[in-house]
Amino acid sequence: MSKGYFGAFGGAYIPEILHETFAQLTLAYETARADEAFWRHYIELMRNYSGRPTPLTFAENLSLAHGKRRIYIKREDLNQTGAHKANNVMGQGLLVRRMGKTRVIAETGAGQHGVATATMAARLGLACTIYMGAKDVARQRPNVFWMEQLGATVIPVTSGSQTLKDAVNEAMRDWVGSMDNTHYVLGTACGAHPFPEMVSWFQSVIGQEARVQILEQEGRLPDHVYACVGGGSNAMGIFQGFLEDPQVELIGVEAGGLGLAGHNHASRIASGKSTVGIAQGYKTCFLQDEDGQMRDTHSVAAGLDYVGVSPILADLHQQGRVRFEAATDVEVVEALKRMVKSEGIIPALESSHAVAGALRELPQLKEDAVVIINLSGRGDKDIFTIAEALGDAKWKTYIQERAAIYAAEQGERS
Amino acid sequence: MSRKSALEGHIKDKLQQQDILLMSHIVLGYPSLQANREVIRAMVAGGVDLMELQIPFSEPIADGPTIARANQAALDGGFKVREGLAFIREVVAAFNIPFLIMTYTNILMAYGVERFIDEVADIGVKGLIIPDLPLEQAQAAIEQCRAKGMDWIGLMTPTSVDERLGKIGAAADGFVYCVARRGVTGSKTSFDEHVGAFMHRCRQATPVPLAVGFGVRSAEDVDYLKGKAEIAVVGSAALDLFDQAGAAALEPFFRGLRG
Ligand SMILES: Cc1ncc(COP(=O)(O)O)c(C=O)c1O
Repeated sequence: MSKGYFGAFGGAYIPEILHETFAQLTLAYETARADEAFWRHYIELMRNYSGRPTPLTFAENLSLAHGKRRIYIKREDLNQTGAHKANNVMGQGLLVRRMGKTRVIAETGAGQHGVATATMAARLGLACTIYMGAKDVARQRPNVFWMEQLGATVIPVTSGSQTLKDAVNEAMRDWVGSMDNTHYVLGTACGAHPFPEMVSWFQSVIGQEARVQILEQEGRLPDHVYACVGGGSNAMGIFQGFLEDPQVELIGVEAGGLGLAGHNHASRIASGKSTVGIAQGYKTCFLQDEDGQMRDTHSVAAGLDYVGVSPILADLHQQGRVRFEAATDVEVVEALKRMVKSEGIIPALESSHAVAGALRELPQLKEDAVVIINLSGRGDKDIFTIAEALGDAKWKTYIQERAAIYAAEQGERS
Repeated sequence: MSRKSALEGHIKDKLQQQDILLMSHIVLGYPSLQANREVIRAMVAGGVDLMELQIPFSEPIADGPTIARANQAALDGGFKVREGLAFIREVVAAFNIPFLIMTYTNILMAYGVERFIDEVADIGVKGLIIPDLPLEQAQAAIEQCRAKGMDWIGLMTPTSVDERLGKIGAAADGFVYCVARRGVTGSKTSFDEHVGAFMHRCRQATPVPLAVGFGVRSAEDVDYLKGKAEIAVVGSAALDLFDQAGAAALEPFFRGLRG
């Protein structure tokens, strides 16, 4: 099979102007991959900077509520900046050093990848521009605030649906003119070759750790592993630890949004409503209309609100290795509440999709099942969205009071 | 290998009478197919020799802000590929210049690549420009276009190394589209010795005529390209002018570009 393809998916469908840039990136990646010292350096950096290995936490109360079933949480929320995104950006940061570039750009949906990239840029001394859909800027202000504090320029993208896919397009446009000194830190296991493979490689640290940890703690492999799927990087990260173990079932949970009946979701595979297409540089399953135009998607979680999916996951699904499910916004908020109350862990809305998928199925799993849920990130960033979804009256009063103070301040100044 | 393309013959014939040809670009459905009719009429009256008709796509990654916005507006206005093809059939019959289709791979895929190429060739479209389908991925489509007497227009860029220019040049039919600078469509290019040196590299790489686009906005730009290229491509500049002044302004604009 030709390079960069996974079954029928993948490839590099890029404008000619980027041909050499991709050739250089592929070479840098392949050389790094063949160099054991590079990976050791990466692991060392993640240990000292990002608190790796992240724990595999036994969820005692959730487990007790489900008989003899044993539930573990892989704590990617404990990474530097609070999500698995740190793994990918630090890895690409080391590659940027190898390539001698001085500026990075990135797209971001939830803002987690933007914050992670801005952090990496601050640490490695790189200039940084982040593209973010205007709609996502509005719903993820805390992350925008941090990106700007970290020294990044955040550009709200007002084209298209003003979400993640449009941010990807703008970042590509920037790169087409800036590739001499700029690296595009793609945030997930999507896009043109070598991104899906490279991002999955950096994220594989999650699965490698989880495998060792579960063997240590349980003395055996898990029966089921759940992960949420936006582009698919955290899912690829944990799944890779168990791909060669056919007895371990791998489950990807997509955004079911308002339900799979209409188009207000971002479920590419579980909905059965996507078709194979080529966009944003690669071939995969996209939510598109008969003409091949991408549809607007919806999720309460900005990070899952994307029209495409990793070509590697699309292939693993086709091979029957990964099962796909979707969780609705309502289920996700319930799952989040449950995780907070019963384990004292605050998951991101994205990660709560994995929790929702697992909670829904737990009662049906065999009695002594061992389950791992990949908790891709923490929920602090979602405080506005979550408080709104929960209709928390005290939070609303607090926001109104702050708003009144700011309005008064402005009144005094003018 | 050296197959004589009808389009190439046409370009060479025209060059007997004028020192450079003009190619314009429009986004179908922006702001409406009716407006497209008026724009095409004005452009042809202004002396445009060839025209690129862009079928809008929701993810136009190779286009700059002006054209990307027009793509989005056309789709928001309800543009459908089928109606676009009917419109193309109409203008190919109505105007006596070669038309080319510019669009993205996914539009062809959704329609069925083979069916798309067959249909547009039968309509009389002379070439296809698909910026997100690199040479390596395009082989089957190129063969099919050749079999139908239509040209697959390759792209050369300043970042393409000589070896790659050679490959693109060897596979080229009709003409090659040379991207004058790094970056997407729309912004200003300074037509200077960098462009000149790049054109020279393109010339070494292929015997077919060269078209130069990305940032051609004025009679001076076109003048600079005379003797270096066979075709000057004007896209965003015409779109900007249309937005400000309407279709009627396009005829004198293109007439003026000839200097
Ligand atoms: C916390 C968190 N989890 C998951 C995702 C989804 O991305 P992926 O599917 O690549 O893991 C995001 C994306 O922003 C995120 O912020």
